[in-house]
Amino acid sequence: MKRSILFAGLLLLAFAGRAQLTIDITTSGGRQVPIAVMPLAGEGAQPQSVSEVVAADLARTGLFRLVNTIGISPVPTEPSEVNFADWTARSAEALVIGKIESQAEGRVEVRFRLFDVQKQAQLASYSYVVGPAQLRATAHRIADLIYERLTGDKGVFSTKVTYVVKRGKRYELQVADADGFNAQSVLASQEPIMSPSWSPDGSRLAYVSFDQKKPIVVVQNLAQGTTRIAANYRGNNSAPAWSPDGRFLAVALSKDGLTQIYRIPAAGGDAERLTESPGIDTQPAFSPDGQWIAFTSDRGGSPQIYRMPAAGGPAQRLTFEGSYNVGPRFSPDGRFMAYVQREAGRFRIATMELANGQIQVLTEGTLDDSPTYAPNGKMILYESQVGGRGQLAAVSGDGRVRQRLTSAAGDVQDPAWGPMPTN
Amino acid sequence: MKNIALIIVVAVAIAGCASKEERQDTPVTDRSSGVTPPMANNNAGSTTMPNRQTDVRGDPLHEPGNILSKRSVFFDYDSNAVKDEYRGLVQAHSRYLGDKRDSKIRIEGNCDERGSREYNLALGQRRAESVKKVMTVLGVQDMRIETVSYGEEKPMANGHDEQAWSQNRRADIKYSGE
Repeated sequence: MKRSILFAGLLLLAFAGRAQLTIDITTSGGRQVPIAVMPLAGEGAQPQSVSEVVAADLARTGLFRLVNTIGISPVPTEPSEVNFADWTARSAEALVIGKIESQAEGRVEVRFRLFDVQKQAQLASYSYVVGPAQLRATAHRIADLIYERLTGDKGVFSTKVTYVVKRGKRYELQVADADGFNAQSVLASQEPIMSPSWSPDGSRLAYVSFDQKKPIVVVQNLAQGTTRIAANYRGNNSAPAWSPDGRFLAVALSKDGLTQIYRIPAAGGDAERLTESPGIDTQPAFSPDGQWIAFTSDRGGSPQIYRMPAAGGPAQRLTFEGSYNVGPRFSPDGRFMAYVQREAGRFRIATMELANGQIQVLTEGTLDDSPTYAPNGKMILYESQVGGRGQLAAVSGDGRVRQRLTSAAGDVQDPAWGPMPTN
Repeated sequence: MKNIALIIVVAVAIAGCASKEERQDTPVTDRSSGVTPPMANNNAGSTTMPNRQTDVRGDPLHEPGNILSKRSVFFDYDSNAVKDEYRGLVQAHSRYLGDKRDSKIRIEGNCDERGSREYNLALGQRRAESVKKVMTVLGVQDMRIETVSYGEEKPMANGHDEQAWSQNRRADIKYSGE
């Protein structure tokens, strides 16, 4: 399931017509695979171009360079119609062709084929019968397959992201496709919204609501729109994190004094205290194997990252460099941890390789916060401040590919990348 | 006599909280201690007692000029120590709560924008706890004070400089129903 171990850097949010987020690559290091994505035959009659979405998905990763397809005539739709010499001349290494044909009841069949130009060999061929409204989602699935065939990693073009948009005094929790399209508000409030966290199956979001004039933890079912209060104890209730099996929520509560970490059954129930420190313990994150909880604690005098067994127990300190290391998030393969570190008054996103403690500072902002891994582990989405406004940005785990996600809407903050779709 | 005892208790509470490194687990200084730091008189003098008897129309909590209308305690960067200049304010609210046995308060901690949101939420709550500790030393029951935090989410000043930040490192006293 989660074998996203190779490297390459990858992915993300895209261009926005009416979408709230526009994603641009600001840096893309390394070699890019030249790929030609031909317009699919018949797509001009459809409400949505499939090839444009596929091409944009691939280009946004920073790992591909789009090869010009203008002047290729006739447009090949079958393997026998491909003139590989044309593509060799244009330096393309990969080629995508396909067609869209009408079916019964208003549905359409989308067929695509991926070729290795040098070997003149077909690498993949799939067809989907869908309604016209699914063309965009189908394009993302095609891009996922192409990406996986060419890089060895799962694509995340069909995933979703959530984030908080602040316009004046109005807060919205939005969920959008990973390319920034189809942004929908799932919650609006005149009070702050913080720390959204996806359930492992992607069906629910836990977040911090201030609707009761204090932070409480709420779980919202996205399909039904129903909400349930998960933690509303005396004092603060915040920092929800799901266990990988979906059974527990780790939360930070101040009901017994200063903020400490507790867990509560996701189905509802009492809070069980997991930490007992004289300082602040907060920002819990489960390791992907469910064995550990990493968290922030200032029990030693400065905020540092520790980890403890997931059911509580002795904590082991993980960070030692600097006086401020907070907000851990595990990579999906569990090998790395992304977090926020402070150096010379600047807050930036760093990663630590847990096996050897090696640290890499990935970002260059002044107030970077809330790192969240793509479910294939290739990109880290985070919150940054640009010109005094909260904006999202993304960086590849190796630091080579950088994306800026811009929005005209207002401050965008607190991103969380959703899981791989279950189908 | 009762007043002198109160002054001593306040002074001791102040002494106990003056340290910048004060933590939640700092032992509360023994109330029976007879030590009276030199600032005790100044502090008592600067405290305005709410004049509830003579002004029945005014609500002292919202009466301009009444110290009870002041609700905000400001903090230094990276600190949750209640500074001396806010002792009188905290003391006045403690006395008011001592008289109004049915009232409860919520202390809302806040931080400037620097740092991670969730950690700041916890830091704001620790600031609120610092104010609460002064009040409980003054005799207000623990259960009448809830400490919460808005972290960096509700800045009073929206700038990105020390002038704004100093306004946002704050704990606000809110009476239930407000």
